[in-house]
Amino acid sequence: MGDINTLISRCEELAFDLNFTHAKEWKKADASRVIVGYMPIYFPREIIHAAGGLPVAIFGGGDRKQIIKGDAYYQSYICHIPRSIIDMALDKHFDGFDGFLFPSICDVLRNLSGIFRTKGFGKFVKYMDFPQNFLPEVGGVFYQDEMRHVLHYIKEINGLEVTPERLNHSIALYNKNRSLIEFIYDIREKYPWRLSMKDWYHILRAGTVIPVEEHNEILEQVAQYVKDNVGQRQDKVKVVLSGAFCEQPSVGLIRSVEEAGCYIVDDDLQLGSRMIIGDIDANTNEPLAAIAHAYIYQSRYSSSIYDVENPKEYRLAKIVEERNADGVIFASASFCDPSLLDAPIFQNAFDRMGIRYIAFQFSENINQFKVIKEQVGAFSDSIKLWEDEPMPVES
Amino acid sequence: MAPQDVIKERSMILQKEMIEGLFNDLEKAHETGKKVCYTFVPGNLSELIRTFDMLPVYPEINALQSAMRKKSAAYIKEAERHAHSEDVCTYVKCDVGMLMKGNIGPTGQKLPPPDILLLSYTGCFTFMKWFETLKREYPNAEVVMIHTPYQEGGKMTPEMINYMVKQMHEEVIPKMERVSGVKYDENKLKKILEFSKEAEDWITKIFETPKHKPSPIDAYFAGVYYIGPINIGFRGTPEAVEYYKELYSEIQERIRLGLGPVTPEGEMKEEKFRLVVEGPPNWTSFREFWKIFYDMGAVIVASSYTKVGGVYDLGWRHDPEKPLQSLAEYCMNCYTNLNIPQRIDLLTKCIEEYQADGYVTNSIKSCNSFSAGQLAMMREIEDKLEIPVGFIESDLVDPRYFSYSNIKNRLESYFQMLSQRKMMEAEEAH
Ligand code: SF4
Ligand code: SF4
Repeated sequence: MGDINTLISRCEELAFDLNFTHAKEWKKADASRVIVGYMPIYFPREIIHAAGGLPVAIFGGGDRKQIIKGDAYYQSYICHIPRSIIDMALDKHFDGFDGFLFPSICDVLRNLSGIFRTKGFGKFVKYMDFPQNFLPEVGGVFYQDEMRHVLHYIKEINGLEVTPERLNHSIALYNKNRSLIEFIYDIREKYPWRLSMKDWYHILRAGTVIPVEEHNEILEQVAQYVKDNVGQRQDKVKVVLSGAFCEQPSVGLIRSVEEAGCYIVDDDLQLGSRMIIGDIDANTNEPLAAIAHAYIYQSRYSSSIYDVENPKEYRLAKIVEERNADGVIFASASFCDPSLLDAPIFQNAFDRMGIRYIAFQFSENINQFKVIKEQVGAFSDSIKLWEDEPMPVES
Repeated sequence: MAPQDVIKERSMILQKEMIEGLFNDLEKAHETGKKVCYTFVPGNLSELIRTFDMLPVYPEINALQSAMRKKSAAYIKEAERHAHSEDVCTYVKCDVGMLMKGNIGPTGQKLPPPDILLLSYTGCFTFMKWFETLKREYPNAEVVMIHTPYQEGGKMTPEMINYMVKQMHEEVIPKMERVSGVKYDENKLKKILEFSKEAEDWITKIFETPKHKPSPIDAYFAGVYYIGPINIGFRGTPEAVEYYKELYSEIQERIRLGLGPVTPEGEMKEEKFRLVVEGPPNWTSFREFWKIFYDMGAVIVASSYTKVGGVYDLGWRHDPEKPLQSLAEYCMNCYTNLNIPQRIDLLTKCIEEYQADGYVTNSIKSCNSFSAGQLAMMREIEDKLEIPVGFIESDLVDPRYFSYSNIKNRLESYFQMLSQRKMMEAEEAH
C-alpha cells in the first residue's frame, strides 16, 4: 500500500479538477470511449459503464470557481449549483463530454436540462425521469425504458452493443464499489478518528470522476488502512449530516463541522454513490430489470423520491439509531426546494422523537464559517452536557 | 346600461354561481356523504374525480384567493413558525398556515378534510412535498400518486403514455373506487370528456380573440378569471360549456364594437402596447399590479400562465374515445410539463401570431418550476425575435416580496423603451 496521505492528496486533486483531465485522458486512449456527465444525485452508472462510457459526476464549481457568466442565467433566489454548472459549461470545462444526464431531483435541475438542450451542449442531453410509482410492472418497466433511452444515445455515438454480459460485469463492479464504501462507513461509525470526514469526502468524490475499477483499488487501500488502529480519539459527538445531497458544501465547511466538535458518521453528501443499498443481481439475463428492481426495493430515502408509504423521517431516524449518532445536522443549500421542503417534516418528527438536531443553510461558494462553527460548537457542547443516550426510534 | 355590460355580467354571474355551488357542496360534504379529493390545478384529473362523484379542493387556488383577501401574510407566518423555510413556494406555506388556523376557505366556509389526496405532479416537484406534508396532517386520507413524466424530449412517447395509463389502471382507479365506494364507469367518463372537449374548443377561441386589434380582452389579468372554471373542476360539465359560450359571445360583441379590454376601472381606452407575459401573476397586489399595465395602455395578448391548466392552442383536446390515454396526455401537456425549448417555441409563436410589441417575464421568487430557466428563455427569445424584453420580480402570495415601486420603475422604463422603438419604427416606415 502506498502512503495514505499521498493517496488522499491524489483523490483531492481528482475530485476538484474542474477540467476533468483524468476522464479526458481516459477517453483519449480508445476511440470508442465516451464521457457522460451526470448531475447529482443518483444515476445508474452501471449502464454507462457497460456502454463503454465513463460516468462523470458534475457537482458544480464549489468554492473553486468564481461565477461570472452563470449569474446572468439564474435569478439570485435560485440555488448556486445550476449557475456554476452553466458557468463551467460556457467556460468549456465540459468540452470532450459526449452527453449529459439530468436525473429527476427538482425543478431547477430539470429546467437546467432544457438550457443545456437549447445551448446545444454535448451530443445528447437526457432528463431522466425516475419513476415515482413503485410497482415493478409499472414504474419498473418505465425505468427500464428510460435506461434504454440512454443506452440508445450512447450507441448512436460509439455503436457499441450492450449485452447482458457486459451489464452484469458492470453491475458487479459497482456492487463492489458500494460494498467497500459501506465497509468504510461502518468502520468510521465506530472509529471516526481513523479517517477524517474531509479526507473521506475527497476519496469518495474522486470515485465520481474516474473509472470504477480505479476507484475500487483506491477503496481497497483505504479499507486496509482504516482496519488498523490509526488516529487519535477526540472528545467529539457523532452526528449524521443530512440535506446536502445536491449542491455540496465546501470542504472547508465540512472541516469546520468536525473542528467544532462533531464526527460526521453518516451523510447524504454523495448520495449517488450509495443510493442502492446492498448488491444488485449481477447474474441475470435481464440486468436492466435487476437495476430497476434495486431502485424500487433497495433505495436509500431521498428528497427526490416520493415515498409516502415509507416515511423518510423514520428512515433517517433509523440511520441515526444504527450509527449510534447523538444528533443530526440539517444542512441545506440555500434555496434548495427539496431539502427545505422536507425540513419541517424531519424537524417536527424529530421534536416528537426527541432526536437532537440543528439546521443551517449554506451555498457551495461560501468560505466564511464562523457562524456555522459557533452553532455547531454549541450543539455539540449541549449534547456533551446532556449526556443523554440517543432516543429509541418510533416506527 | 350598455348592452355589453349586461352580457358581461351574465358570464360573471355564471362563474360566481358555479364556484359558490362548489364551496356550498364542500361545506355540506359531511352531511351528504360526498368524498373530498384534494388535488392540484396543473394536470388535474377533474373528469376522473367527477366520474367517482367526488368534490375537488385545490389548495393552490385557496392560497391565491387567501392572498387576494389579504390573509396570506398571517398564514405564511404561521407556517414559518413551524419550521417552514422562508425560501420555498409560498403557496405551500399559505395553505399549511390556513390549515393550522382552522382550514377556513376563501369563501369563509370551513373546508372539509380530504378523503383522498390525488397527486399528479405535473411539472412541479413542490406538489410532491406539499402532499407529503398534508399526508402527515391528514393521516387518514388515502394518497394516490400519478407520476407524470416530463416532456424532456419535447414529445410524449408511447412509453410515457403507457406508463401513465398503467398507473391509472393499477393504482389510481382502484384507490378512487375504494375511497368513493363508486365503481369505475368508463361510459360515464366518456360523456364527461365530451364536455371537456367542447369547453376546450371554446377557451381556445376565447384566447385567440386578442389577435384582433385592439385586443378585446386582457389574456393575463382577466385571463386568470377566464381559466377559473376549466381549471377548478368544471371542465367536463355543461355549466362550463355554457359559461365559455357566453363569455365568447360577450367578447365577440366587444370586437364588433371595436372595444378594448375591461379593467377594474372600466374600459381601456387606447391600446398602446401589446405584450406577451411569462410567469404567474402576483396575487397579493393583483389590482395594483394590473393597474401599472393598463395605465400605460399595455394589454397582455397572450400569457403562459393561462396555460398551466392545459395547453389547448396547439390543438390538443381530450378525446372521449380514448379516455384514459387522453387523461394521460392532458397531464403531460400542461405548460410547466413542457421542456424549456418547447416553452420558448410556444412563447415565440404567441409573440408572432399575436403581433406583440414586447415580452415580459414576471419571475416568481419561490416558484422554481416557472423561474429556473426564465432568464435563458428571455435571452433566446430576444435574440431570435429581436424584441424588447422586460423583467420583473415578485412573489405569488407573500406580500413581503412585492415591491410596488421597484416593479413600477422597471415597467415604466420598459414602456419608455417600447415607445421609442415604436417611434423609430414609424419614422423608418415613412
Ligand atoms: S441544490 Fe436543491 S434546488 Fe438546487 S438543483 Fe440541487 S436539488 Fe435542486
Ligand atoms: S412551485 Fe410553482 S408550480 Fe409549484 S406549486 Fe408552487 S407556484 Fe405552483
